Amino acid sequence: MEFQIIWFVLWGVLWAAYFMTDGFDLGVGILYPFLGKTDGEKRTLINTIGPVWDGNEVWLVTAGGATFAAFPVVYASMFSYLYTALLIILFALILRGVAFEFRGKGESETWKKGWDRAIFLGSLIPALLFGVAFGNIFQGLPMDGAGYHGSLLTLLNPYGLLTGLLFVLLFTVHGALWTAMKTLGSLSAHAVVFAKKSWYALVLVAVLFLINTAFQTKLYANYFAHPLWFAVPLLAVTSLPAVRLFLVRNQYFNAFLSSCVTIVMITLTGVIGLYPNLIPSSLDPAYSLSIFNASSSVYTLKIMTVVALFFMPVVIAYQIWVYRVFRGKLVIEEVLKDREAY
Amino acid sequence: MDVLTLSRLQFAMTAGFHFIFVSLTLGLSVLVAWMETCYVRTGDEIYLKMTKFWGKLFLINFAVGVVTGLTMEFQFGMNWAEYSKYVGDIFGVPLAIEATVAFFLESTFIGLWIFGWNRVSKKVHALAIWIVALASNLSALWILLANGWMQHPVGFVLRNNRAELVDFMAVITSPYGWLKFTHTVLGGYVVGAFFVMGIAAWHLLRKNQPLFYEKSFRMAAVFGLISSFLVIAIGDFHAAEVARTQPTKLAAMESIWETERGVPLYLLVLPDAKNERNAVELIGIPKVTSYLAYRDFNAEIKGLKAFPAKDRPPVMEVFLSFRLMVMLGTLFLILSAIAFYLSWKDRLETNPLFLRIMLYTIPLPYLAAQLGWIVAEVGRQPWIVYGVLRTSEGVSRQIEPVQVLTSLIGFGLFYSFLGIMDFYLLAKYARKGPEEDLPLSVKPLALKEV
Repeated sequence: MEFQIIWFVLWGVLWAAYFMTDGFDLGVGILYPFLGKTDGEKRTLINTIGPVWDGNEVWLVTAGGATFAAFPVVYASMFSYLYTALLIILFALILRGVAFEFRGKGESETWKKGWDRAIFLGSLIPALLFGVAFGNIFQGLPMDGAGYHGSLLTLLNPYGLLTGLLFVLLFTVHGALWTAMKTLGSLSAHAVVFAKKSWYALVLVAVLFLINTAFQTKLYANYFAHPLWFAVPLLAVTSLPAVRLFLVRNQYFNAFLSSCVTIVMITLTGVIGLYPNLIPSSLDPAYSLSIFNASSSVYTLKIMTVVALFFMPVVIAYQIWVYRVFRGKLVIEEVLKDREAY
Repeated sequence: MDVLTLSRLQFAMTAGFHFIFVSLTLGLSVLVAWMETCYVRTGDEIYLKMTKFWGKLFLINFAVGVVTGLTMEFQFGMNWAEYSKYVGDIFGVPLAIEATVAFFLESTFIGLWIFGWNRVSKKVHALAIWIVALASNLSALWILLANGWMQHPVGFVLRNNRAELVDFMAVITSPYGWLKFTHTVLGGYVVGAFFVMGIAAWHLLRKNQPLFYEKSFRMAAVFGLISSFLVIAIGDFHAAEVARTQPTKLAAMESIWETERGVPLYLLVLPDAKNERNAVELIGIPKVTSYLAYRDFNAEIKGLKAFPAKDRPPVMEVFLSFRLMVMLGTLFLILSAIAFYLSWKDRLETNPLFLRIMLYTIPLPYLAAQLGWIVAEVGRQPWIVYGVLRTSEGVSRQIEPVQVLTSLIGFGLFYSFLGIMDFYLLAKYARKGPEEDLPLSVKPLALKEV
């Protein structure tokens, strides 16, 4: 039993890590057409995330792989039930990935404009749809013994869309703070303005989300049973004013860290509320996929635990090291001169 | 068409497309790492130029390889949900390990390598590309151990309506998996070597920067010769392992219908699957097939007729793919031996015909790799896990044909677009050649503490 719980925790942590890290580079992609007015600004934006976005996206691959290994039934159900939604996310992520590489390798305006659009849509669509997917998981999917009774349109219900909007705003603020921190001059100043404006929208949507969660989902039941856990949503809520506070004091790094806390805590708020389910059934709790009925054998979970305990600290260590190598602010003129930059 | 056929088509197309880029990544990463090591060791600027020129082509290719890999991970759940539920206990493990130990390394250090020219020392920078090369190979290891398990399942029991892992060591030490890994990776090295030789040949024919391209060609020729030899040697052991573990696949590869001892190797064969015989069998070398399969000239080989028709793979596709792959493999060995000799004797430029051949050979190692996958995957049919689960039992039950048809068409169009873009950029930068006025001392990007 303990190993199922360990993997439930790791499952939540992997998704939180994915949203925290890829969140800011998706956010930069969403802000890209608004902040990047000149080619220099656009290239600088790409170069702020260039060294790290690929490594960030691996958290998604790992979350997917870990779901497959630890909870195969969840992996199989989630991916086949949400077939079309995942397909759209996939195409968007593929397009975005090649756009970073290809954009700078052609000269014509049409070429660059095309890839600019790919960067924007390839960032906005996954942010929105990951939110929609998780909003629906929080509510439970209409599934029973006969399988799934829904379609792409069932996912686009008000609560799902609200969660989608929440994710878009979380990542937008996150990306704006990253840009403010990593650039100088007017680009940084514009990012700050954007962060401040979208912060209001984020607070509004976050509050709506937390209130609606009480009515649309059963997530809070776990919290009322074990009130200590309320610390997690509370941290999510308190980190939002912290973002603002650091932002107005021009402490962008601290504001960014606070935004990391917001994203992690909001994700965990949902995950803790799900326990012991990974995907609840909205039709009949008996058909919910939980750590009891959807996990791998204990032997497999043990092997996976050893692998995770051994390798995850190493991964985190070298990722932090690479972030440190690329610390500091990017100067537009330098980016334009640098032949290896994108 | 039904969900099964459509899903198989989609998997074949997306995996085949993905592997075009993966195979080049495997070989070219090692070559670029070697070039940069030469630069660090000798300080000779020509090696830096080589690293940057071939590195640029490497990156254009690498980007598509990485993102199309995402599809592969999603697809097991999307289209093969029953399979994923049935074998997830085993199959999910190498996939998760692949992400943890290989993808993180690869994706983190490629970022360091692309953007870190002025941020880390020369040695650390060279180390970064070695880590990328190592991680690409490591990722191949884990995914091929997973595929090796589908070919020859070991270390499991059937329990709780699924296959459960009971012996992890058996899975990761499976000779089938390791042979598959080494054979596949070496195939990728051949792709990389011929890619570099072919492009270098194009420039040598035009007398562009001869020193630069001769040096590139020579390194690739050494790498290509070693790899083409080893890919054949390992392939031979791999086929023997197939004979031991997958008798139906072996029989299809050789188009053997009757069970016999001392089976000859016919140089010309035309299978006639409808009548369960070969329409043509000419120029037989006695007992050679028996020897290759079992290291015994008189060994018995089970013919396809020894198995019920519903357990046999399609013969024509597997047989032709295997034959063609073997012929191509032999051609690569011959060509890389000549390439090595000519470049060693400094006689490349006096042999324009050979250079032209090398240019047009670029696509052939890619083709050989695709044919190898057809042998491996079509040859495994009708099983998705050999002898354990049929492909028809592994497909998702929850998806509609129209969904899969739409995604199949979507992938077709989208991947064609990506392929065209990638080919356009590769051709453009390959033609352009290395940057002429490489800054000798590079100034670091402005670093201001946050």
